[in-house]
Amino acid sequence: MLVEYSIVAGVLLGLFYALMAMGLNLVFGVQRIINLAHGDMVMLGGFGAWELYYGYHLNPVVAIVVMIPITVAVGFGLYYLLIPRLKSAVDFETLSLVLFFGVSQVVEALAALGFGNNERSLPVSSIPSHPVNFLGQPYPADWWVAAGVALPLLAIFFLYLYRTRLGRETRAVMADEHEAVSVGIDAARVSAISFGVGLALAAAAGVLAVFVFGGVDPSEGVGITITAFAIIVFGSLGSPLGTVVGSILFGVAYQLAQVYTPSWSNLVPYVLVIGTMLLRPQGLFGRRTRIA
Amino acid sequence: MLDSKGGGKPLAGLLRRKTLLLDLLAVAIPVIGFSFGLNFYSNELLLVYMMVYVALAHGINISYGFTGYLPFGYFGFFGAGAYGATLAILDLHVPALLGMLFGGVAGVLVGLLLLPLFRLRGAYFAIATLAAGEAVADIVANPSLQSITNGPYGENLASVYSSGQIYVAALVFMALALLAVVLVKNSRFGLSLRAIKESEYSAAMAGVNVVQLRSLAWVIAAAIAGVGGAIFGWATTVFYPSAVFDSAISVFAIVFALFGGTGSVWGPTLGTVLLYGLYSAVGLSSPQYFQLIYGLAIVGLILFAPRGLVGFGRAAVRRLSLRRAGANG
Repeated sequence: MLVEYSIVAGVLLGLFYALMAMGLNLVFGVQRIINLAHGDMVMLGGFGAWELYYGYHLNPVVAIVVMIPITVAVGFGLYYLLIPRLKSAVDFETLSLVLFFGVSQVVEALAALGFGNNERSLPVSSIPSHPVNFLGQPYPADWWVAAGVALPLLAIFFLYLYRTRLGRETRAVMADEHEAVSVGIDAARVSAISFGVGLALAAAAGVLAVFVFGGVDPSEGVGITITAFAIIVFGSLGSPLGTVVGSILFGVAYQLAQVYTPSWSNLVPYVLVIGTMLLRPQGLFGRRTRIA
Repeated sequence: MLDSKGGGKPLAGLLRRKTLLLDLLAVAIPVIGFSFGLNFYSNELLLVYMMVYVALAHGINISYGFTGYLPFGYFGFFGAGAYGATLAILDLHVPALLGMLFGGVAGVLVGLLLLPLFRLRGAYFAIATLAAGEAVADIVANPSLQSITNGPYGENLASVYSSGQIYVAALVFMALALLAVVLVKNSRFGLSLRAIKESEYSAAMAGVNVVQLRSLAWVIAAAIAGVGGAIFGWATTVFYPSAVFDSAISVFAIVFALFGGTGSVWGPTLGTVLLYGLYSAVGLSSPQYFQLIYGLAIVGLILFAPRGLVGFGRAAVRRLSLRRAGANG
């Protein structure tokens, strides 16, 4: 019974984790940047949902739809503000890591100044709240909502990446930026858009995170970034499908740990990321990705 | 520089001696400054913390400035040091000063444990150490280990508190960390490290034992963090795991070092004194404003002056002297 429960719960939450980690992987795949501010974008999404709910009585699920175009635009602008200056640097990868670390500090500070240091949560009544039974066991409704929202969003993301012209150009830049440029793709524009899409995915996950994590507070970013990074390394950097599969396996592993050794369950993401890097650096689905 | 062709080795030797002298001044001036620190500033605890951070920034300097490996999880060694020292003092009943060395040993042990992470490079290494630091924190603070580490409930060193001893210990510790950097910088060891940083492959080809030297630098950085954590814990007296395993400690040390400029002896010291001074002025009452300021400082630094204050100063001096040379010629 407990195993069954962990697996179902792990799959439900895994879909949410996939949404949470996908943006990080997209940004890494396209620009070779590890966006250390990713978790803070998730956090901002949560606060955005809170403000929209209490300011405009907007249902959190509707809030996601409202936020997507805004965050894409913000990411687009942020890209041009930060990245082109850095592209010529010798040690681009480490410098961009430190740069986004600075961005993360700024975002965290502004969030603490703007929203206060206390955790905020949304009322359970804003989404369906009655536990849902599945195979004879009840699961919290917000897990179903999180999975139910994450699944279509991920599907739309995959359609964008694999079935549109822009997605094809994005994958071309992911494979080899120089060759993409040489066949006439505007790599900077594609990168800027993908950065915006990455932020939008993070913000959408942030809205769901308010329910899944039971609240949102300005300092939650670092932990989310590490978990998301653990997942994308596990599932292979640069592989969107790997992120989905990795997330679900991570979700199940985490739920099993929570059921059997609750006090050690927080170690799961750390063990996962270090273990993957040392034992199979290319991750589950890694073929062409570079070896760390 | 112009007549170095004719001067050959003696001039190079003279130059080297001159930089060594300047580097030693970069040790002496902070040490003398801090030994009179209490005459200028009465908050002893803050001065102790500042000295600890000077040393930590130099630990980052050795790891990142000389070898190019950025340890985001530096706080893992720091916390391990605080706990190593505390357990030695409370359970093995060693004198507090000796306990500080146990802190260093604990830091080194964690450092040795993490050596396999050197298989990774760049950003991967940075994040893997971050995960490792969080993992160490989670293990130490785990309620299941309450009988050993007191789990999440922290430790109390009030029985061995001695403000005079703590201040002297911090001063000596900072001096040793600064000396270590001078030694690394002016030795064959430091030269090899920089060769490894530029190109691991070429360094190995030239006969540098890459693995051994890099591990040695890592262990020195870990020892600094361990002793730093031990002194921090001793000075703080009562601390929770979240206080010594705080990722903000890595953040501070990295920002201070980068702000001042890595690879130099002055840079991290200046960065720490300026930024930590600012922190104790604004940061304690409103930490968010401080976080905002240093976040913006990092972004500005990376975008406009990636070599830190010292690099910025050097570039300015070079430009000035070039202009003067142009005027004379």
